[in-house]
Amino acid sequence: MQDIKVADSKVAVEDGPPEIDWGTSEKLLADVGEIKERFPVVHEPVVSPDGERFAAPVKIDDGRFTMCVNGTVWDQTFEVLWYPRFSPDGRLTVLVRDDDEWTVAVEGRPWEEKFEYAWNTMFSKDGKVIAAQAKRDMKYRIVVDGDLWSHEFISIRDLAVSAAGDKVAAIVQSVPLKEADIFGFMEGTWTVAVNDKTWDRNFVNVYCPTISPDDRHVAVEVRLDICEYTIARDNLLWNEKFGCVWEPSFLPDNGAVIAPVRTEGSWTLARDGSPAWSGRYAQLWHQKISPNGKRIAAVVAPAFGKWTIAVDDSAWEKTYDDAVLEPVFSPDSQRIAAVVKDRNRWTIAVDGVPWTEEFDMVWDPVFSPDSSRVAAKIERNGRYSIAIDGKVWSRGFEALWNPLFSPDGSSLLVKAVEDGKYYRRIVPAYEIL
Amino acid sequence: MGFIQTVLSGKSERMPRKLGPEQMSPDRGLDDTIKRLTPERIESTIKRVMEKETAGRLRVYLDTCVHCGLCSNACHTYLSRDKDPEFSPVAKVKNTLWEMVKRKGKVDAEFIKNAARIAFTECGACRRCSMYCPFGIDIAYLILVVRRVCNLLGVVPAYLQDTTNSHAATSNQMWVQRDEWIDTLQWQEEDAQGVIAKARIPLEKEGADIMYSVIAPEPKILAQLINYMAQIMTIAGLDWTMPATDGWDNSNMAMYSGDFETMGRVERQHYETALRLKVKRIVMGECGHAFRGAVYDGPKWLTWKNPPIPMVHAVDFYYDLITSGRIKIVNKFKEPITVQDPCNIVRGLGLGQKLRYIMNALCEDFRDVSPRFEHNYCCMAGGGVINCGPPWKKSRMLSIKVKADQLAATGAKVIVTPCHNCHSGIEDIIKYYKLGMHTKFICEILVDAMEIPQHLKA
Amino acid sequence: MYEFATGPLVWVAFILFFGGCGWRLFRMFSMAKKDKVVYPYMSLKHGLLSIAHWIVPFGSTNMRMRPVFTIVTFAFHLCLLLSPIFLMAHNVLLRRAWGFSFWTLPPVLADVMTVVVILACAFFVARRVRAPEVKYVTSWSDYVLVALVATPFLTGFLAYHQWLSYRTVVTLHIWAGAIMLVAIPFTRLSHMLFFVFTRAYMGSECGAVRHAKDW
Repeated sequence: MQDIKVADSKVAVEDGPPEIDWGTSEKLLADVGEIKERFPVVHEPVVSPDGERFAAPVKIDDGRFTMCVNGTVWDQTFEVLWYPRFSPDGRLTVLVRDDDEWTVAVEGRPWEEKFEYAWNTMFSKDGKVIAAQAKRDMKYRIVVDGDLWSHEFISIRDLAVSAAGDKVAAIVQSVPLKEADIFGFMEGTWTVAVNDKTWDRNFVNVYCPTISPDDRHVAVEVRLDICEYTIARDNLLWNEKFGCVWEPSFLPDNGAVIAPVRTEGSWTLARDGSPAWSGRYAQLWHQKISPNGKRIAAVVAPAFGKWTIAVDDSAWEKTYDDAVLEPVFSPDSQRIAAVVKDRNRWTIAVDGVPWTEEFDMVWDPVFSPDSSRVAAKIERNGRYSIAIDGKVWSRGFEALWNPLFSPDGSSLLVKAVEDGKYYRRIVPAYEIL
Repeated sequence: MGFIQTVLSGKSERMPRKLGPEQMSPDRGLDDTIKRLTPERIESTIKRVMEKETAGRLRVYLDTCVHCGLCSNACHTYLSRDKDPEFSPVAKVKNTLWEMVKRKGKVDAEFIKNAARIAFTECGACRRCSMYCPFGIDIAYLILVVRRVCNLLGVVPAYLQDTTNSHAATSNQMWVQRDEWIDTLQWQEEDAQGVIAKARIPLEKEGADIMYSVIAPEPKILAQLINYMAQIMTIAGLDWTMPATDGWDNSNMAMYSGDFETMGRVERQHYETALRLKVKRIVMGECGHAFRGAVYDGPKWLTWKNPPIPMVHAVDFYYDLITSGRIKIVNKFKEPITVQDPCNIVRGLGLGQKLRYIMNALCEDFRDVSPRFEHNYCCMAGGGVINCGPPWKKSRMLSIKVKADQLAATGAKVIVTPCHNCHSGIEDIIKYYKLGMHTKFICEILVDAMEIPQHLKA
Repeated sequence: MYEFATGPLVWVAFILFFGGCGWRLFRMFSMAKKDKVVYPYMSLKHGLLSIAHWIVPFGSTNMRMRPVFTIVTFAFHLCLLLSPIFLMAHNVLLRRAWGFSFWTLPPVLADVMTVVVILACAFFVARRVRAPEVKYVTSWSDYVLVALVATPFLTGFLAYHQWLSYRTVVTLHIWAGAIMLVAIPFTRLSHMLFFVFTRAYMGSECGAVRHAKDW
């Protein structure tokens, strides 16, 4: 068994995200069965994006918690430890409590600031920035890479970190509200704070902070009255008001914002307040913009209880009774795949056509870099496997993480637990097909 | 004489009269909000609801009702208030919706206040009356239409509105902060480990079989119930999880205050949390209205005919645990005990038989109620009535005497209430009518009655 | 007057009755479509089960709780529907006009059925006056509806027994019958049209969606 020492991984982190090793066909990295025997308590494991590290919170003999990474425990131990999450650049973060104080620990090193409570670790897309929510003296704060915002709030709900990490936005309650003060509530107590600066007006409610891909703009859903909603971008409201709105998203050009809006009992897509689509849907949400910025796909219900994907306002013909999850664009923007569910069975639909195989559960589809193939983690009869283009791999695993295509699309990174051991394998796609 | 008078007068409407404290209470949500209403706003709001938000059912129900009064005997408020005709289901519709339609929305602010009192505090939307109407008119639906009008006008009892505001701001009904939620689960896990060493509340476990969701009073005031469920799940050996994000609260008072947008948002969050966690089913705690909101009203507004992830009520869940042998009963409850059939899971899901199976499996001296199953009386706490708060408690108690009589007749000392609203409502009834009983959830009896295998004991 | 009543009036009445019923049902179907849950929730099995329990006397709990009302209302509706269709006099007219007729009721039975309808109407009026829960929701229109239904039977009874001026009473009878027919689609008497649909919807929602009984 190949152990990766904690010290090694720290070096790797400081050098930036480790390159993925596509050359080694199999690495046995952790003996899960042995770990379970060694510690009285072992919690749910996580694996690093490159598959090189298998980490699980464990309770050691003195009753304290630590992380066991590829079979080796951290030097640091804590009263409580949970929510292990690898950042996209491969750093292992956990929420820890010691002496009744909470903080975030990155690769075993706790942030210096400690809190009554800390939670909701979030990362920038590249993983460079780590943010979390915290409470101190019954006030709520945002912490970014261990540094506290100067402002404190009565409450904080949703949090967003931009792609490059330059912006952190949070939905905050800036005005205190007495118990059952229904009038104060309607005057507005909620607003948005971006990088420690609070917008200058309050709303009845604010939801779903969204930051543009270029890190420049912030859009949110706002509620202005009992049944009056709209979208605010950088503190400016759309002129139009709606019966309800859902999550906004940014188009690549000029920071234009699109969002699902409800009028007269049905939904459509609006762009900067004006109709972007002409179709009316019983429901519309989870709109996604293609990588080239030219196409929009969204989950829609053309009729009551009928779900599908609409691409540029044109719904797929086949609908599903139970659910359709958010669409995933191929890298070339030409293809769309989504998880679909009908009669309590799950599968993947690609460009409107469902796979013939059905599963007990299916995870988000992954496109190959050349957009020609779709892979997904699936579950059947309590075992996990991978399906590519609807064909299920004959091998099954006790645990499995989402697969990743190699840059040339010829093989997949498979992170799985088999016979009580964690393996990281590079599997040729033809073996699965 | 009465006949001639009635016919000549052309109508039987009573003159407006001053309402006593047994019916009307000071409530800022009604008294202060109506001051902001204008005739134009009232008229346009009523027209909006009548013309844009409702369709076939409302029209046909209004045209089909022959004013026969046969729904009266179904209603606990009518029966409890000495059969005062003003409290019959059809009378409540007459004094609200019929007038709004007849006067084409030209009603005054005082009328709206009265309509709000009737719709929010004198009807629990329990739907018993639709089983007594020969035409199957869904009278509770008509009352919910009235509530929708009141909500759009901002005229909602203050405590109920505050609960809805909590849903809108926090996705849960009791202003529970996100850290308080996680902290409570971790604390309850530790408590459960005091009984069962390996007990766990696995948070955010993606791919678990079950997501367990509760209503906000559990973390806020009845946290031990979560600990009990952790014990039950551990002994049953189930693969389960609870979310550490919003979406953990399955309750929905916005459904009852008429704020359907907030109702939809809350339910969307609940199901998207389950979809994110990749669970196969959601098991929910012992609550009735939450089942209704999560399985019927919420999904309906969002356009799901059925929930995207199957939702299993606690009663159904316990029934499976006991019949499958995953939980073994070794220590039955001894005192005389009876049960409340919660409207939203018995009239709303047909769980009456399974509930009785559980009662007999867990208790030595189970004494059934009469009437029972679908015909059981509502507790008058559900439907948002108890959430209207202290100002309306007296009225609520007067409206539910029939329940006190029904419970007293069983001779039981304990009442099992597999619903949070029933639980609180019946506690109030017990105190007000001095019944000398007390209420329990099933899980409270189950954790005492079940076998804890030796190797799991702390 | 008599000529008008026996000629054009009958035509006008039937056209308005059938046309009106068709229009009301068309409106109901189209409005039900706007009410997005109605069609998706409809279940033939549970709809029929519910209707069956409510068209059989004492088939529902509420009917068993009110035996007198149940007997009266079933007798009323049965006689109201059957006696005009199978009355010998009506069928003679039918054969004369269109050359066909139905099986006819023995005159004595038809007479008794007519009396049942009239007495039931009296019972309904008495109930509206005396029962507080009914009186509270009764308006003048409810009495008018009872009168609309009772008058054709009352005048028919008088005409059959020829107790007053036959020609006048028959003219009145035809007018009353025509008015009642026309009133059916345009007043709350339309419950005759909607009964099966409201019942089937509640039966479906209760049985197929909520797994509970509605009787």
